[in-house]
Amino acid sequence: MRDLEVAQITDAVKRLCIESNYYLGDDVKKRLQTFLNEEESPTGREVIQKIMENAEIACSEKVPLCQDTGFAVVFVELGQEVHLVGGDFTQAIHEGVRQGYQEGYLRKSIVGDPLERKNTGDNTPAVVYTDIVAGDRIKITVAPKGGGSENMSEVKMMAPAAGIEGVKEFVVDRVRRSGANPCPPVIVGVGIGGTFDKCAQIAKRALLRPVGSRHPNPFYADLENQLLVQINRLGIGPQGFGGRCTALDVLIEVHPCHIASFPVAVNMQCHVARHKVIVL
Amino acid sequence: MAEPKKIVTPLSDETVEGLHIGDSVLISGILYTGRDSAHKRLIETLESGKDLPINIQGQIIYYAGPAPAKPGKPIGSIGPTTSYRMDPFAPKLMALGLKGMIGKGNRSREVIASLQQYKAVYFGAIGGAAALMAKSVVRAEIVAYEDLGPEAIRRLEVNDFPAVVVNDCHGRDLYVEGIKRYQLD
Repeated sequence: MRDLEVAQITDAVKRLCIESNYYLGDDVKKRLQTFLNEEESPTGREVIQKIMENAEIACSEKVPLCQDTGFAVVFVELGQEVHLVGGDFTQAIHEGVRQGYQEGYLRKSIVGDPLERKNTGDNTPAVVYTDIVAGDRIKITVAPKGGGSENMSEVKMMAPAAGIEGVKEFVVDRVRRSGANPCPPVIVGVGIGGTFDKCAQIAKRALLRPVGSRHPNPFYADLENQLLVQINRLGIGPQGFGGRCTALDVLIEVHPCHIASFPVAVNMQCHVARHKVIVL
Repeated sequence: MAEPKKIVTPLSDETVEGLHIGDSVLISGILYTGRDSAHKRLIETLESGKDLPINIQGQIIYYAGPAPAKPGKPIGSIGPTTSYRMDPFAPKLMALGLKGMIGKGNRSREVIASLQQYKAVYFGAIGGAAALMAKSVVRAEIVAYEDLGPEAIRRLEVNDFPAVVVNDCHGRDLYVEGIKRYQLD
């Protein structure tokens, strides 16, 4: 067993909250540059340019890319040979979020009760997903998720007979109906299979993959490409002002499912795609 | 893209009539921030027969809740939030003289009709380009509902704040026409 102080987890989560909100990933920047060259709409090009400029400003001034600094979603892969000491594991994560959002001048966007709607004041609690894995390391991913794009997400329990055409129709239609709301250009996370809840979760996990990466299974890699082409024919364009670049990418994850079920989930992500990883 | 039009608040009917969908604008003057909770309170105030805490004559409300300001800065990152959540409240405010709204995403039929009826305009700002937009804010102060934190109403003094006309007072809609122009199926 390897002992690990939970205070280290707090420090790591704090840092990742701040860094993910200040620095746009190189994968997204690279893809924006490609679409800037390909966008036919002059307004669309102007928007992409401003988005790229925004990333430069956020980086140099160390301020958040977007005022919606998100719900702190934390994915943990905890090695089964790690022995956590010095406190409560989940509380250590919440404390990291609390410190990160305070010290990083990030907006506190969480209400403690969905109906009462009183702000918790420190952006806690985080949403935490923990997997126990082999080894003696702990991998932490912090992925702050904005509300505008999250609100355009959906899970649909389809009939298995709907097949691949059903998936395509649902995903493309979800993007079409979202219009300008999720701040296009978007990244479309798609979950296929699992249960109702698992499906939504893998759609979110898909968003942790780099833009431009492809599913290891060539069938799904091809589906990612097809969906991207179809979505970029919709004409929504950057910020919905009309144009070619509606999605930067489509990322799919799949999971086995029940003989009666065929869940499909779309988790929409705006161009401010935030996720940072650390291994302790 | 054509040179952006420079406009100054408060907006006159003539200024609003001169704006058309797709126009890129640079706004200077005053913007008031307000989103979900602030709108709810504004309308409750009206319904109880009291005066609004801000004078909205000719003014623009920016649907935004900023990130906290770093020391020495007037405001933190400040981009638009999604506008449809303010749709139930917007026509009442336009009837009282509100001339503009800045946000992102589609408006309801009622809001679009009110833009024509009261000669008002809906601008789209770039969602996510919040650090860039903060740079056009010269001064900011909370003028109502401080307890709402990021949702409090702030009076922003802005210089060349960038936006695009999405719904003009002539009944046109960039979200509809822009997509029609570029869709391939």
